Amino acid sequence: MAIDKQISGDEGSPIEFRLDPGSGVPTYLQLVQQVEHALRLGFLKPGDRLPKVKEVVAGLAINPNTVLKAYRELERKGLAVGRPGQGTFVDGTLGTTPLREQQALRRALTAWMRSAGQAGLDEDGMVALFTSALHDFRAETTGTTGSSEVIAS
Amino acid sequence: MMGIPEQGLALEASGLGKRFGSTWALRDCGLSVPEGHVVALVGPNGSGKTTLLHLAVGLATPTTGRVRVQGGLAAGSLEALERVAFVAQDTALYPSLSVADMLHLARNLNADFDSARAEARIAELDIPSARKVGKLSGGQRAQVALTLALAKRPRLLILDEPLSSLDPLARHDFMAALMTAVAEDGISVIFSSHVVSELERVCDYLVVLASGRVQVAGEVDDLLTSHQLYTGPAAQADRLAAALPVVRDRRAGAQAHLLVRTGGRRAEVPTGWEAHEVGLEEMVLAYLRDPGASALPGPRELTGKGARP
Repeated sequence: MAIDKQISGDEGSPIEFRLDPGSGVPTYLQLVQQVEHALRLGFLKPGDRLPKVKEVVAGLAINPNTVLKAYRELERKGLAVGRPGQGTFVDGTLGTTPLREQQALRRALTAWMRSAGQAGLDEDGMVALFTSALHDFRAETTGTTGSSEVIAS
Repeated sequence: MMGIPEQGLALEASGLGKRFGSTWALRDCGLSVPEGHVVALVGPNGSGKTTLLHLAVGLATPTTGRVRVQGGLAAGSLEALERVAFVAQDTALYPSLSVADMLHLARNLNADFDSARAEARIAELDIPSARKVGKLSGGQRAQVALTLALAKRPRLLILDEPLSSLDPLARHDFMAALMTAVAEDGISVIFSSHVVSELERVCDYLVVLASGRVQVAGEVDDLLTSHQLYTGPAAQADRLAAALPVVRDRRAGAQAHLLVRTGGRRAEVPTGWEAHEVGLEEMVLAYLRDPGASALPGPRELTGKGARP
């Protein structure tokens, strides 16, 4: 369906959003995470245009306010900037860890998985443990609580 | 332009009730829905959804109370009819007319009708305009109905179960077209639906009806931040339930899941309990299962708010 008939002179966005309805992650957050992911992987560079609100809405059948909310969040994080009448553009980078360091971290994680497996943990158990630890780490470093928390009396 | 009384509310109802014979289809309904939202109206069969929508567009008259649209216009008044478009449940088109004739008819029935836009949309959708409406697929028929409604250039579009007879692909295309209209024209939308699972991505305002009464009303973001699912030992569930309004209470021998309305506050919960965010579908289903629970006051006062007379 060709709803977006406005053909602008500039090129389209390098990325296209998708939705995972089963993920449980709020729609706007999925869009934010996909931009962050694309930044980390180099699909998006500063100056690139993010998909227009109308394009996203027509493609995913979602509420335009959701797209606006995602773009506002990206602006708040300093990763994007809105230019009136033109769209929203990438305006930041996400600290990409050097490849060598990534590989070292990956090896450490694999070693951890091996010992977790030896201790009798299956894949789901590892994911649960990692998620829980990541959550504690986030709470520790930001001082805020995330999406799910253990409440102490 | 007309005077601008009570700007800002797409739909406003107070003490609204409708009785058919001895049965109240809708009772004591109070709503203040601001403009610019996509509102989902949810509830089981017979909960009063269609009645509320018919009252809002003037197809039915209230037994008690009143309903106003688009900044205080009396529902069904000429001014309201100019600004409000309605797509009925059965997409009330004439099956023996061709699409072109249907457009022609709509043009002659509406004072301000954007024919060029309607014809362009039909062409974009690859719907053969010579074909009889009755021979179109369900998805095409729904798109024609939406096209006619949008060509009226309404400020408020009301749809009764627009998705019920559509297959998943047609549903997606229909919602994409509807959301594009919201993005392009900034219209407000109110639609009733049974398809709870697909609401989260389209609606930003929710109204739940149960047995003719408003059970839940509010902005989706507010509703989601004011509800949490607590999971913990069943032995301590009573203590928690005494402190917070519980929407849904599920307990087994050892474990309990309580869906509670926290009102956005951080609640004091004993050690060993976990709090999880809830999704819209989970929350809606919990309310539908327990018609007695209600989230009316919520984070925002729904009646008595805004510029009321």
